[in-house]
Amino acid sequence: MAMDLARGTPERSLKRRRGWVDRIMEGAIRAVALLSIAAILLILVFVGKEALPLLTSAEVHREVTFGSLFAPSHSAAGEALYMWQPVSEVPKYNILPLVVGSIKVTLVSLFFAVPLSVGAAVFVSEYASPRLREIIKPAIELLAGVPSVVIGFFALIVMATWVQTVFGTEHRLNALVAGIGLSFAICPIVFSVSEDALRAVPRTYREAALAMGSTRAQAVLRVVLPAAAPGIAASVVLGFGRAIGETMIVVIASGNAALLDADLGRSARTITATIAQELGEVVIGSAHYDVLFALGALLFMATFVVNLVGERIVHGMRRRLGIVA
Amino acid sequence: MRSSASLALSGAATSLLLLLAGCTRTEPASTLSADGGPGTAADKTSLSVKGSDTMVILGQRWAETYMKDNPGITIQVTGGGSGTGIAALINGTTDVCEASRPMKDAEKTQVQSKRGAPAVEVKVALDALAVYVNEKSPVREISVPALHKIYVGETKNWKDVGGPDHAIVLYGRENNSGTYGYFKEHVLENKDFAASVQTLAGTSAVVSAVKGDAFGIGYGGIAYLEGIRALRVKKDDASPAIAPSLQTAQQGTYPIARFLLFYTAGQPTGTTQRFIDWVKGPAGQGVIEQVGYYPLPKG
Repeated sequence: MAMDLARGTPERSLKRRRGWVDRIMEGAIRAVALLSIAAILLILVFVGKEALPLLTSAEVHREVTFGSLFAPSHSAAGEALYMWQPVSEVPKYNILPLVVGSIKVTLVSLFFAVPLSVGAAVFVSEYASPRLREIIKPAIELLAGVPSVVIGFFALIVMATWVQTVFGTEHRLNALVAGIGLSFAICPIVFSVSEDALRAVPRTYREAALAMGSTRAQAVLRVVLPAAAPGIAASVVLGFGRAIGETMIVVIASGNAALLDADLGRSARTITATIAQELGEVVIGSAHYDVLFALGALLFMATFVVNLVGERIVHGMRRRLGIVA
Repeated sequence: MRSSASLALSGAATSLLLLLAGCTRTEPASTLSADGGPGTAADKTSLSVKGSDTMVILGQRWAETYMKDNPGITIQVTGGGSGTGIAALINGTTDVCEASRPMKDAEKTQVQSKRGAPAVEVKVALDALAVYVNEKSPVREISVPALHKIYVGETKNWKDVGGPDHAIVLYGRENNSGTYGYFKEHVLENKDFAASVQTLAGTSAVVSAVKGDAFGIGYGGIAYLEGIRALRVKKDDASPAIAPSLQTAQQGTYPIARFLLFYTAGQPTGTTQRFIDWVKGPAGQGVIEQVGYYPLPKG
């Protein structure tokens, strides 16, 4: 049938057919693209809906309110306690130890990952020969492919003992161990975005600096790095977003004690680890369930805002340097 | 073109919405039968068993042996913790719940209201809850009140319980664990654990943590003793110290022994009932000691 048509008016039928196929394909691709946005929105709606009873349900309010997530409980001696113990005669849902735990671990990971990754990015983009770059760059980016459970296990078995021996930490599993483990996971993203930022600095900047008589180090430090600064900042922000949402490494390596203190040598419990370990157990619709979803919503918003900021910085930098993203 | 794209999109969005609607809190209870699982056939061929991490290896061994003797029946055993299993029983996603602690009244009420049948408890094995220390530790025995003080955070140094002058590092289980619940109820008398207790997923994680920590203390099932020492336990300071063993657990002299339990929603029937009867019979009870727990006392 198609043959007949083609024999009749070849040009028009081909055109018409191409138009038809094109239209379907375009529609399908568009639908898929929009679907992924819809999926994110629907997940947000779902998480929000499950957390909502925390604000509205009187039944939940008998156990916990939004305000009590931040308010201390009191010991028999009247001492203020910040406790996360949802399975208890009197359940205690203070999320401050979890928030602090997440921030502690994330900051440690950035402390280790950022200098290393940015340094590596400077080396690869400014100093390494093209051949060396072709080896180093994929090797670092390959780190992103290491499953986080493997990194976590490595942290648990090898690094924890090492860290305790070197730093004499009180707990063998602590924020420091988890943070260092986490830094492996965020190195690739920080490196990759920083390196892109450095390479996006036009060649003329470097040539101008060198022509003015600066050394290579001066050119890198005074000209290239400042020009790429927003991109490097974005890499840090994106690394932060990745680190605060990472679950497996911290579940395995942080010890998961919900302590409200700044001591990196002590155990920490993150928001993600709490959700991962407790959500399987809760009765759907209970106060504990709603609080876990509220934690999820909090995390969702935090990473969303942080990633948005990161993307905006990258975008702004690209435009400033005249690169169309 | 525009309309076809938006049609496809709205179709997809609708199906996503439907998917989400399926996950909301109104779990359908009507399709569930009294024998504890989806479907009503008394001779169904697959059973799901879910719950206590303490019991997961035991459950798997039972399932393997039972399946070998009863071809055609599939039993799927998963862990997650007693709380997880109980939640699954309430939500109707498992036939049998394994639990290393008795259900709370609130949970029983939920089974009754969501499943329309009472929770039925069956004792299936005995476990002596061991208190572990590192092999290097000089401490050999401990009393339940001393253990209580350690885990609520009142006793912080090993020297108060006959050990070296060093801070005690506490290890425990996640709060979905039956071991956590049992320990909290029987040792802590429902007081809260100290915030500094590091909570680990699974008894074997606690064991490996204590193995690597000369000043650590942990608790868990007796089956997991490897590279660590189980302390002899005194009921109170005046009582004799009892090592966890088959005799002391069955006689009830070891102070922190407990029954391991099965729960079903409603009286078990059909395949579920046959499996549970087999577990309680000589064949099932014979498997228990291979895994490291103790069979039920006879009679």
